[in-house]
Amino acid sequence: MRSWARASGRLIAYAVAVTLAVVVLAFGLSRAMPGSALSAQLGSHATDATRQQLAAQLGLDRPWWSQLGTLLRNLITHGDVGPSMVNGESVRSAITARAGATLSIVVLAMLIAVLLATAIAVVSATHQNRWPDHVLRVVLSAGIAVPAFWLGLLLVLLFSVHLRWFPVAGLGTGPAAWLRSLVLPAVTAAVGIVPLLARSLRAQLLEVLHADFVVAARATGLSSRRILLRHLIPNAALPALTLVGTNLAYLIGGTFVVESVFTIPGVGDLMFRSITNRDSTTITGIVIYTAVLVVVVNLLTDLVVRLLDPRLARGGAAL
Amino acid sequence: MTSTRPGATLVAGLAVVGTMIVLAIAAPLVTGHDPTALGLTAGLQPPSWSHPFGTDQLGRDVWARVVYAGRTDLRVGVLAVLAPLAVGTLLGLLAGYFGGPLDRVVRFVIDTVMAFPFYVIVLALVAVLGTGERSIYLALAAVAWVNYARVVRNGTRGFAGENWVAAARGGGLSRRRVIGRHILPNAVPQLIVLAVTDVVFVILAIVTLSYLGLGIRPPTPDWGTMIFDGQAFVTTQWWIAVFPGLAVLVTGIGFSLLADGLADLYRERD
Repeated sequence: MRSWARASGRLIAYAVAVTLAVVVLAFGLSRAMPGSALSAQLGSHATDATRQQLAAQLGLDRPWWSQLGTLLRNLITHGDVGPSMVNGESVRSAITARAGATLSIVVLAMLIAVLLATAIAVVSATHQNRWPDHVLRVVLSAGIAVPAFWLGLLLVLLFSVHLRWFPVAGLGTGPAAWLRSLVLPAVTAAVGIVPLLARSLRAQLLEVLHADFVVAARATGLSSRRILLRHLIPNAALPALTLVGTNLAYLIGGTFVVESVFTIPGVGDLMFRSITNRDSTTITGIVIYTAVLVVVVNLLTDLVVRLLDPRLARGGAAL
Repeated sequence: MTSTRPGATLVAGLAVVGTMIVLAIAAPLVTGHDPTALGLTAGLQPPSWSHPFGTDQLGRDVWARVVYAGRTDLRVGVLAVLAPLAVGTLLGLLAGYFGGPLDRVVRFVIDTVMAFPFYVIVLALVAVLGTGERSIYLALAAVAWVNYARVVRNGTRGFAGENWVAAARGGGLSRRRVIGRHILPNAVPQLIVLAVTDVVFVILAIVTLSYLGLGIRPPTPDWGTMIFDGQAFVTTQWWIAVFPGLAVLVTGIGFSLLADGLADLYRERD
């Protein structure tokens, strides 16, 4: 337990360092855009005087280290990156107002993806190199290759337009309608990461399948189903938890794209709008918030896995 | 049918990818239509003998556009993999071979870049760089190198401590020669598999950016913009959006099977 605490301290310190680096990089990105943000807000006819005045108001006339200091101070004290370049509203409130829809899709998609990937991995691993494994291999290839926005379009056509099971676009009002409007976006977003999860899970299951304790369990006459449920899945579950963390980053980006197909007013929608408006503060804010979310979730899964897996808790390497 | 031959996946992948590449190169031979020629009186026609994939809202031939778009998307997809491959391999080799502070720095940068959600950071980079092909290369180069660096670094780290590396150095070979002639070749099979897998993700990224209006600019035909154009008509004129999507899907499955087949091949050889 003491070694776990020490290892956790190291992991937390590392996560803090990565978070700082994330903020600095995101700040660098926003510095590459400010001139255009001024033009976006003022139009091309503004005089130099108004331009300078606005630059001063937004703090763009100060040296970069002073701006970075302000950003860090804002983040630490308010969890905010500052006012939007375009409408002056707090970027934090703009993001949190829309985070509910985006996070719901992400969580729902992750649940769907884990269930689907587990089922696929169990079938392929227990039928290794036989026809179900081959068929699923092609299905997973298709899952990687299919553009999410195109799949979303086809799902809308089938389930919303023809079958009328789900709304065509937008968010429903009221809890039931709201959840119903998130089903297709979540399924669409999930498809992109199912192959990534399923492939790693299959490899892990195969590894456990050939482990001595499983061979021994089989030799004692335990049924395949019992071996699967009691020995295989629990042993593959911890590595799977790590996979959730590592695939979260890809899923968040995928959800942004999916939002544009289903016209969900989420963070992705805010991102696209900010790119059009050249709103560098909002773009920076979204980049920082999503990256920090990824860092925190990865840290938490790392800590939990190390707590539950004594082999790792004893200081084994995890990269 | 219990087990197919191990080479079957590779052959299937090669066949699909080969077909898509040949179609793209031979575009003028497989269609008589100009992909950008407007036919305002012939808009929104369903698939027929003269227009096998139908026509879009501006009367352009969808088959011709799908084939010509393949030229753009395949070219950008393959080229955009090269810079990350080179940068990632170099950094991975150096970090793995030398270890120590350099290794720690490279790993820290890798972990930082990986914290950014792929599409979020690519979109932000495109916001800085502007739309178009050049931005796609730059944005992907800034992000995609980490996978190669990680794989090469981990592979090289294993070799660095082995006796044959020490022996080669002791025998008077320069560091550059040991890395270039002895360590790098060991990583090549894995790098090829990773690069081919990456083509799938890169083509998806290009098509996605173009769909969002941030990638390949019209009038250059591209599968993503075609799907965006067809979206408004999908309930009545499905062919405009469905065929370019199928092209992306088939291309991606092809490259994915090719990567799987190559991985099998290398695994068997070892």
